[in-house]
Amino acid sequence: MRFVDEYRRSDLAQAVIGRIRRGSTRKARLMEFCGGHTVAILRHGIRQLLPPTVEMLSGPGCPVCVTDNSDLDKAIALARLPRVILTTFGDMLKVRGSRSSLQEVRAEGADVRTVYSTLDALQVARDNPGRPVVFLGVGFETTAPTVAASVLQASREGINNYHVLSFHKLCPPAIRAILDSGEVDLQGLVCPGHVSAVIGSQPWEFVASEYGIPCVVSGFEPLDILQCIDMLVSQIEKGESRVEIAYRRGVHAEGNQRALELMYEVFEVCPAQWRGLGTVPGSGLRLRKEFAAFDAELAFDFDPGPTLHPKGCICGDILRAVKRPSDCQLFGRVCTPASPVGPCMVSSEGSCAACYQYGDGAAGE
Amino acid sequence: MEMELPVSDRILMAHGSGGKLAHELIAKGVLPALSNPLLDRLDDAAVFEVSGRLAFTTDTYVVNPIFFPGGDIGRLAVCGTVNDLSMTGAVPLYLSLAFVIEEGLSQDELGMVVSSVRQAAAEAGVQVVTGDTKVVNRGSVDKIFVNTGGVGLVPEAVEISGSKAQPGDKVIVSGTLGDHGIAVLSQREGLTFGTELQSDCAPLNRLVAEMIEVSPRIHCLRDPTRGGLATTLNELAAQSRVSIRIYEERLPVRDEVRAACDMLGFDPLYVANEGKLVAIVPPDDAEAVLDKMRRNRYARDAAIIGEVGEASPGRVVMKTRLGASRIVDMLVGDPLPRIC
Repeated sequence: MRFVDEYRRSDLAQAVIGRIRRGSTRKARLMEFCGGHTVAILRHGIRQLLPPTVEMLSGPGCPVCVTDNSDLDKAIALARLPRVILTTFGDMLKVRGSRSSLQEVRAEGADVRTVYSTLDALQVARDNPGRPVVFLGVGFETTAPTVAASVLQASREGINNYHVLSFHKLCPPAIRAILDSGEVDLQGLVCPGHVSAVIGSQPWEFVASEYGIPCVVSGFEPLDILQCIDMLVSQIEKGESRVEIAYRRGVHAEGNQRALELMYEVFEVCPAQWRGLGTVPGSGLRLRKEFAAFDAELAFDFDPGPTLHPKGCICGDILRAVKRPSDCQLFGRVCTPASPVGPCMVSSEGSCAACYQYGDGAAGE
Repeated sequence: MEMELPVSDRILMAHGSGGKLAHELIAKGVLPALSNPLLDRLDDAAVFEVSGRLAFTTDTYVVNPIFFPGGDIGRLAVCGTVNDLSMTGAVPLYLSLAFVIEEGLSQDELGMVVSSVRQAAAEAGVQVVTGDTKVVNRGSVDKIFVNTGGVGLVPEAVEISGSKAQPGDKVIVSGTLGDHGIAVLSQREGLTFGTELQSDCAPLNRLVAEMIEVSPRIHCLRDPTRGGLATTLNELAAQSRVSIRIYEERLPVRDEVRAACDMLGFDPLYVANEGKLVAIVPPDDAEAVLDKMRRNRYARDAAIIGEVGEASPGRVVMKTRLGASRIVDMLVGDPLPRIC
């Protein structure tokens, strides 16, 4: 298949792996921010192919995983309201909040529907004019513009039963929070490809200039990731710290201006609650005042109840890359994809689910 | 003067009552298409003679939507049960067929399902010899659920079981992975991606007979339906207490399936098939079996994808294109499309 096979060619991959092995002499602890990268790295077995100097750490880039229990509780409480239709992307269904999950309240009778795009959610609103339809807005800069577009469309059409519960998050402030905590010793950052396709590479400059950490934006195919690691290792060896793009077919330095305009037309920056990171200033998106009528937090009266966290679950530490899934006492025993305790075991992009599914890279036969 | 019964295109609760409408539905809508001497007797049970080792299986089919590219629930219900019988090496003979219909289904839709049953049964060379029809309230089932049971005869000297894989055996898959699952998914409400992809739904009994002809020593056969190839290989590895190693670059996957999986965050290894089989074959017979398979229309893309090993019983490992190894686990839960 064109545009895929080229990026999975094993002869080219072997050449890049050889170059990384020969070139890497210094410690290189690299964080892949994005859950999609974590999955690709484990799925293709990339960790096994790297020299001992290069270590890959999984970051907080899984939108399902970083959604805090307090926010999940809000979604669940909203779904329980009479007549409300809650629409959501599929992978939010199984994540447990303090006391329940959307899947469980659906089984109890709540009207929770899986959609594949925000425009589908808007269609549900058109088809059910007498009922409030809430879209659960979870995601990063990749998703937020599409949600903004749905709000603008609803506004144009005068659809007044459509609401968004916005838990959208911005990625660069989360990296700043991790670096400021000083908990993680990092020499390089694999910047998220899809997020950077929207925001560009410029928003990562502070990581290189203020923290002296090399950054490379990567795609999701094995060769993209290997090339990104090679570029990071090369900067580390030379003692440089710059932002580079190893995903030129998808990402430009300035990003996607149209998407950003849409996003900021509807949303404004606010503090957000991250699982594992707590409240991170300037890392969330809420609806602007002009669109307050579409804001589910304002449109409904609901009580999410007190926030609880499951005992023994270390998803928060895993999302900060302070711990690995295998450090968790629950991993693979109490917590499995069939009966997940924490969100990192639920989402297909979660580090725990990926480690469970593919092995953590150390496993051979 | 006799009055005609009111004609409605919709199936009503009364069609399941056992009364006149019920008889009419079966007599006009079902029996003519499936007619054969054993069924036409219309006794409470079909009576027939067989001698030898009997294989006996049943499965219930629920699929949304009931019509999908490359098939429908009727074809699925025949092929699924024919294939389950075939995976023991049995030659399928007779099927039972039961419908649970949601009131309001159109008679045309039922007619199309029955017609697909007829075609698939004819293709597989099996007869539907007994059946049942129930109608339930709207919402009690989703349009139509179908159950089929089947019996078949296992030829002498054929000993096929999931517990018989031996170290050194070769693992063969009969064709491209994930076609059915992605074809069905592409038709789901709310998920609109254009694809020419067709379900692979097909009866595999003739293919199996041809394979057994070449190698009566085939150790395991299984159809990787729900849970996909990964789940089937894990079952076989556990049952036979062996390890299985497969090679990513040898797995046959259509471009359309790969693209859809990449987009949705699925892995073709876990996507359902309805017309594929996995065979575990002694190494000396593998090439001959593969050669024979590729001449069958349902196995043109067959490939040897791996081999059976001794170490770590129950484990399935895949050598990736990059030369690394990773675990291939069973599918857990429903695969859900991802956010980003």
